[in-house]
Amino acid sequence: MAIISCNKISLSYENKIVMTDLSFKINKGDYCCVAGENGSGKSTLIKAILSLKAISGGEIIFGDGVARKEIGYLPQQTVVQKDFPATVWEIVLSGCLNKKSILPFYTKADKNRATANMKKLGILHLKKECYRELSGGQQQRVLLARALCATEKLLLLDEPMAGLDPLVTQEMYEMILDLNKTGITVIMVTHDLPSAIKYATHILHLQEGKYFFGETRQYIHSDVGKKFLGEIKCEQCGGEI
Amino acid sequence: METIAEMFNYTFMIRALIVGGLVSFCASLLGVPLVLKKYSMIGDGLSHVGFGALAIATAMNAAPMKIAIPVVVLAAIVLLRVSENSKLKGDAAIAVISTGALAVGVVIMSFGKGSNIDIYNYMFGSILALSSSDVLISVILSVVVIIMYVLFYVKIFAVTFDESFSKATGIKTGIYNTLMAILTALTIVLGMRLMGSLLISALIIFPALSSMRVFKSFKGTVISSGLLSVACFFIGMCLSFIYSTPPGASVVCVNIVGFLIYMIIGKSKAVIFRMQKNRLQK
Repeated sequence: MAIISCNKISLSYENKIVMTDLSFKINKGDYCCVAGENGSGKSTLIKAILSLKAISGGEIIFGDGVARKEIGYLPQQTVVQKDFPATVWEIVLSGCLNKKSILPFYTKADKNRATANMKKLGILHLKKECYRELSGGQQQRVLLARALCATEKLLLLDEPMAGLDPLVTQEMYEMILDLNKTGITVIMVTHDLPSAIKYATHILHLQEGKYFFGETRQYIHSDVGKKFLGEIKCEQCGGEI
Repeated sequence: METIAEMFNYTFMIRALIVGGLVSFCASLLGVPLVLKKYSMIGDGLSHVGFGALAIATAMNAAPMKIAIPVVVLAAIVLLRVSENSKLKGDAAIAVISTGALAVGVVIMSFGKGSNIDIYNYMFGSILALSSSDVLISVILSVVVIIMYVLFYVKIFAVTFDESFSKATGIKTGIYNTLMAILTALTIVLGMRLMGSLLISALIIFPALSSMRVFKSFKGTVISSGLLSVACFFIGMCLSFIYSTPPGASVVCVNIVGFLIYMIIGKSKAVIFRMQKNRLQK
């Protein structure tokens, strides 16, 4: 059974419908990139999956033992976070909050979980550092570690590479691919199509009310794919096509 | 030293110290998330609404708290909703509500029996304004604020740092925001007559802003804000007593000094940190 099935959903942004009859399925272990222009409904889709926003029609069904609360979400950075006094430890731990019942404090298990995820992403030595003093790449790792604390199955990343330099972006892609290989399903919003076709197994391309969904291989040969990949295709994967 | 001992001989002074101390403490705790979420101006807006409510109460000869508390709590909830609504710009809405309430308050007072002295006292605070029921309410309020803070500390942190992530992980962010707004409104109404409606929001903003300069962790910032706020309040009250200056303004002046000291500490910490880093690299 699919982890997420979207069944003919409609998305609206500021009372304007931007997408209707959108249907797709994400299976366990998939790596799906969501592409499309600004205003095409990418972020709205992510928010709808997280039930931060209501959908105007259709239904989103969760399966395979994933509950809505158990999604590891990496949101776009906000202005608030730029000057926020918080240690890396405090932030990563807050990812464990979805497992909490009534207890007002973190348990030993929560702390172990946070430590393990920080080790996995190579930021354990930054534990006591202040978040606002870290570099952009380190900050994204912290938020990714927090997202991992909230999930074991599904990561939802909203433009995680925004504002990162090329080298760090590359590292992030590799890191996310490694996580995907350990069995975590990844859904990522991105503008970076060349990297998307390099890493993702599936592509969802939203464009002015229409969409393409399918395996990356199919996408490259589709009309939308051909149009958007254009010359990049020849340079990067010309040999494979 | 004798003057300080003398302070405690007056009942009104003891009341002012108890209410003011507790209000400063609550305001600084609530101030940390408010300042970090860029909601500082909500405190300012609410205090102006409080001024309007006090003016109406005076004109109607009603008990000031009975009118001010519901009006300001309502205003807090409305302001919060408006700030969350992306269509109406939050800062403009706050400015409209606060200046509007101020203007209505002044007009009503000029019609009623209120004199210029009343207006002055409401705006800049008076040490004689507090009754014994105010003492009771402020004790209850601070107990509520402290209990809430301890019980919901981890959630307050999560909601303040990243509201959409918290919402996605199933925290009811709306409830926490409303709770914060109501507690802030109560704190402001309580402290307003002592500190003055133009100055009360300083108690919310200054300690948090100062502590942010120095402390790296959220926990450190919260604890430091509470302690700094209470210390500034007592020093300010002593100075006010010794030099007969208005209490609210004196406390705010001490807070300015506190902010400057914290800023210098923060800056020098950063310089030392950089020097150590350079030495390590060599």
